[in-house]
Amino acid sequence: MTEIPESLLRRSAEAKAKALGIPVEQVLAEMKGEAPPTPPAASEPSEQTAPPAEPSPQEPSSDPAASSGDVDALLAKAAQVAGMPEALLRRSAEAKAKALGVPLVNVLAEMAGEAPPVGAEAPPPAAEPPAGAPQPAEAPAAVAVEEPTVPAPTGNGGGKVAAVVSPRPSVPPAGVPEGVRTQRLLTVVKAKAIQQVKAEPHDKVNTWPHLMLVEFVALLAMTGLLILMSVALQAPLLEAANPNLTPNPSKAPWYFLGLQELLSYFDPQIAGVTVPTIIGLVGFMMIPYVDRNPSTKPSDRKLAIMLYTIFLAGSATLTILGVLFRGKGFNFSYPWKDGIFFDDLKDWVSFE
Amino acid sequence: MANGNGKTGLLERVRERTAEAVDRLRGSQFMESVFRPGSPFKKGYADSPRNRSYVIMNNVLYHLHPVKVKRHGVKLSYTLCLGGLSFFLFILLTITGIFLMFYYAPTAERAYVDIQALSTNVAFGSLVRNMHRWGAHLMVLTVFLHMSRVFYHGAYKPPREFNWVVGVVLLLLTLLLSFTGYLLPWDQLALWAVTVGTNMAGFVPVFGDQVKFALLAGVEVTAGTLLRWYVLHVLFLPFIIVIFMAVHFWRVRKDGGISGPL
Ligand code: HEM
Repeated sequence: MTEIPESLLRRSAEAKAKALGIPVEQVLAEMKGEAPPTPPAASEPSEQTAPPAEPSPQEPSSDPAASSGDVDALLAKAAQVAGMPEALLRRSAEAKAKALGVPLVNVLAEMAGEAPPVGAEAPPPAAEPPAGAPQPAEAPAAVAVEEPTVPAPTGNGGGKVAAVVSPRPSVPPAGVPEGVRTQRLLTVVKAKAIQQVKAEPHDKVNTWPHLMLVEFVALLAMTGLLILMSVALQAPLLEAANPNLTPNPSKAPWYFLGLQELLSYFDPQIAGVTVPTIIGLVGFMMIPYVDRNPSTKPSDRKLAIMLYTIFLAGSATLTILGVLFRGKGFNFSYPWKDGIFFDDLKDWVSFE
Repeated sequence: MANGNGKTGLLERVRERTAEAVDRLRGSQFMESVFRPGSPFKKGYADSPRNRSYVIMNNVLYHLHPVKVKRHGVKLSYTLCLGGLSFFLFILLTITGIFLMFYYAPTAERAYVDIQALSTNVAFGSLVRNMHRWGAHLMVLTVFLHMSRVFYHGAYKPPREFNWVVGVVLLLLTLLLSFTGYLLPWDQLALWAVTVGTNMAGFVPVFGDQVKFALLAGVEVTAGTLLRWYVLHVLFLPFIIVIFMAVHFWRVRKDGGISGPL
């Protein structure tokens, strides 16, 4: 059992108390296991009442030599009874016949309502139906037919998967091996997979209005900031491009200036390639697979936090150096003495 | 006295009429068809837990947001809204960028002149250009800070490892978008920043020259480079980044919503 936070438990208890019209204390006591459960009045149908049936293996009826005319006639009738297209019905009947090992005509006859269910107890081989037309009267019906009140149970027989589509699920004669008839197999689900609840209870709030409101305010604030900035600060536009006139210094955009700064210390083969591509990208992508520490508590992650902070401080320092402290010939300079050699910033800061 | 009474009566009547008209509009077939059940714009919307769920569920926003979120996640102090703001800046950049495209041709003859003309001949041209440029810088910043926020929260730990990887791709794409845009004004700043930047790419071992050639469509920055970077900037990279963003947002939800609380 996962621990449920007190506040969540209380809220749920209050809701239950309100719904049942009983005091909260009673519900809480019950939840803590100190009182018998109040009223799931109607007893739920217990799941295990119907044990999986043992379908007796069907012996294929010896020789049903049904002419195709019979099949067609039955098919048409069955389709009419079931109210579904013949092609679909045929496919389903074939599947059923194959699954049960009985001739197609028998299945069709049943579907057309002319014969008792095929899945019924195996007919004694002696009581052979006359080949050809399946006659309801002579078809084996081992057990007395009672009007059933409950639809067929779940559970399919033994090894066979009951991929059965019956056109008339509402009138299953009783006494039929359960699990063979009158049900549709939707899917086979391992009970465990859908019952294992791993999620822990969380304290949640409605997205509308709580989150949407915060988002909306953030969005307005950002729009406002951007418009203000754009009114106050002019984006740079220097002289037209001229490949024959190299400005001094030439600088990359600010987010690459840290790199350019590194480049000026190291051999370009190292700084220009290894640092950004290997460390920068692949290295960053691998962080979750290298950091195996499962905790997210800052106190458990001292090393990781320290390393990232060093990375942040380092890149900030390099970028600021590159933006502000590099002048002519990419040599060190002081912005307050030599001016700023970074055109995006020209309109922002000035030391005059 | 009688006068005063008449005045309030008139005011009341105006108010009543307006309320009626608004009600009729909100109940009209057209409005009914626009807003799905539960919308606060619909007639008779009442604030209830059920309707609060409907507002999200019956709305295109359901693609982005679940009906409920963890309580700590809506506190501004947790995410600082940085991911959301990165996305919002991207939208602003798309809108302002489309505006700029109306007045800009990516040729060596026209590019620079077009940008110049933007500030003088086009209403709000200068403002929109500034918004686009500062917005791009801000987006690089917010994406970077968002990454740092995620790191400090340890939000890349299972099951969110892969979303971190997607995030790194997004960071790279953001940088590329910004860098390809840098060339487009075709002034000295643009030309030489790009020359310096691509020189760094030229140091890639073994394939350095080829990489540089593919980037520049030549051995140096030329009109061919301008066209290539323009197409990358307005078409290819936005297309790719939108796909990665879709995966990113989808994974945020499938990985169980926002991480934490710490
Ligand atoms: C274009 C860039 C990006 C956009 C638009 C974006 C958007 C978002 C948004 C809206 C969220 C939801 C939570 C929040 O707002 O913080 C989020 C979460 C997340 N992002 Fe990003 N992001 C981007 C780049 C990145 C980068 C560069 C990384 C990491 C290298 C990253 C990793 C993550 C992770 C791991 C989460 C889950 C965090 C959590 O559950 O607390 N994203 N992103």
